[in-house]
Amino acid sequence: MAVAIRQMTYAQAVNEAIRLEMRRDPRVILLGEDVAGGAGVVNFESEDAWGGVLGVTKGLVQEFGRNRVLDTPITESGFIGAAVGAAATGLRPIAELMFVDFFGVCMDQIFDQGAKLRYMFGGKASCPLVIRTMIGAGMGAAGQHSGCHYSVFTHMPGIKTVVPSTPADAKGLLAAAIRDDDLVMVFENKMLYAMSGEVPEGEYVIPLGKADIKREGTDVTIVAISRMVHQALAAADTLQAGGISAEIVDPRTLSPLDEETILNSVAKTHRLVIVDEDNPRCSAATDIAALVADKAFSELDAPIKLVTAPHTPVPFSPPLEQFYIPSPERIIATVQEIMG
Amino acid sequence: MAIQNVGSSMQALDKSLLLRLYEQMETIRTFEERAGKEFSAGKIPGFVHLYAGEEAVAVGVCAHLTDDDFITSHHRGHGHCIAKGVDIRGMVAELLGREAGACRGKGGSMHIADVHKGMLGANGIVGGGFPLAAGAGLTAKTNGKGQVAVCFFGDGAANQGTFHEGLNLAGIWKLPVIFVAENNGYAESTPVTYHMSCRDIADRAAGYGMPGVTVDGLDIFAVYEAAGEAIARARRGEGPSLIECKTYRYYGHFEGDTITYRTKDELEFYRGRDPILGLRRFMVERNIASEEELDAINKQVQERIDDAWQFAEAAPLPAPEEALTDVYVSYP
Repeated sequence: MAVAIRQMTYAQAVNEAIRLEMRRDPRVILLGEDVAGGAGVVNFESEDAWGGVLGVTKGLVQEFGRNRVLDTPITESGFIGAAVGAAATGLRPIAELMFVDFFGVCMDQIFDQGAKLRYMFGGKASCPLVIRTMIGAGMGAAGQHSGCHYSVFTHMPGIKTVVPSTPADAKGLLAAAIRDDDLVMVFENKMLYAMSGEVPEGEYVIPLGKADIKREGTDVTIVAISRMVHQALAAADTLQAGGISAEIVDPRTLSPLDEETILNSVAKTHRLVIVDEDNPRCSAATDIAALVADKAFSELDAPIKLVTAPHTPVPFSPPLEQFYIPSPERIIATVQEIMG
Repeated sequence: MAIQNVGSSMQALDKSLLLRLYEQMETIRTFEERAGKEFSAGKIPGFVHLYAGEEAVAVGVCAHLTDDDFITSHHRGHGHCIAKGVDIRGMVAELLGREAGACRGKGGSMHIADVHKGMLGANGIVGGGFPLAAGAGLTAKTNGKGQVAVCFFGDGAANQGTFHEGLNLAGIWKLPVIFVAENNGYAESTPVTYHMSCRDIADRAAGYGMPGVTVDGLDIFAVYEAAGEAIARARRGEGPSLIECKTYRYYGHFEGDTITYRTKDELEFYRGRDPILGLRRFMVERNIASEEELDAINKQVQERIDDAWQFAEAAPLPAPEEALTDVYVSYP
């Protein structure tokens, strides 16, 4: 039977994944700041509750009620830690860390408690927790609301990291994350929330650890993460017009990382550019570069190149912020440089 | 707040319960003294923090719990494990890093746990347990079966930000969580009179809309009664409580601590108020149990600890490659 495909936004796809998983499993709860909205309003369920600062979780409290969609105080260490405790004792929470930049106020609960619990207890416990969080520059949100920082968490054993780039991937990967028995962090790029795309109806699950080739090509592999997939796709059109065929690999999850798809692509194109909006030191980009240098050095016809944000916080002023975000132009120039 | 003279009504407790409380406290004491000795002999890797002196708190609280209830603990967690029914052989094997350990040798003293007994782990991060206990309380509330969660923490942890966050969450959501402060007078070497801006931790309960009570943590009856009330309240769905137990640790912050920050006189004073000897004297004076009966319990406890050490020392170490397992449930 053919699966119906609809157009919906990335934000709607996230909402649909949560809704379907909450219907499927009563142990799934959602908690975070303003995820329902209006906790003090009488008869809020009949009201047009806020559904998060950008409305991504709108409507969920009406269907599932306040016992499963919990507004929290502004208390990240408290509610992220409570989500870890709830996960270790039988629930399957989805906790929303509004902006990833806020990890500083709850890192112990993520890193020292949630991520290490299973290991320290000798495999006799698990932490089936999803932490959804917004990433990405481009809204003028400045230094404390615009970072990516998925590299920080990819570095940490015990955490899986998911970086969906399209509405369909957002739905399928989030569903997989919620069903996963480990601590999974899903990084939702806020610049993609309004983006529309085709999304399968009903149950749709994309296994974690499977990259997706977003565009096939023969001359150069561009591994692009999250929103950078779209920058790379734009660059690829221009490159194609100039006779260069770029293959775009979207890892979709950084931990686990689908090494095979990346290595196979490099074996085909013999050139690699990595595009990453995160800061460049000790990052997903350098990690992928190291992987290819280690396992496919003899396949390379040119040095591996990185197109990343600079080693700075995200600036505020629009020209500074645009300079910060890797652009199609920078990708094109970098590819042309290694095509020789 | 004055220490309340509670517990008097508990002195009518039945003999079997009194003997069980005594046996558990004696087990913790014997376990800890042996651990201290073996640590000095170089047999235990890492850090060890002994609970000796504080036994009445863990035992008096956990006497009201079942395996379906949850506890969070801290770096001084052996007593909580024993009071919550974690297997003694598995505990010693864990201290020695053996495959047969409670955590298969991956946690050691500071992370000893048994989730199936509701023991959510000792914890190496001071104050790490407050949010976790709130989360276990959220599970309990969601399940709706009258389970509770107990968060054991020290006076030092009361100054962490997580104290505020955990108690506030439990307060606003009326979670069935009992926060049990084990105020032993010192955060590592720093006295509570220096490190805390109020006299009693229990004073802070008012800020979270929950009852707070300070009890003599060396008195098993006082602890048992206060915990019983708070736990019954939580099971009835009436929300969280804070119990502060004024107690004392006989040994240093960790084994190897030179303990230059307190006097011998102070230690002797508290040794004179020993919670186990106190219960023993109570039972003997009232002819509830004879010296011989209690000596027999001590002997059984000693044999059990000896057996656990014998078992653990003979148990194999894990294969080095075991370091690679148990990070994830599944990882492609």
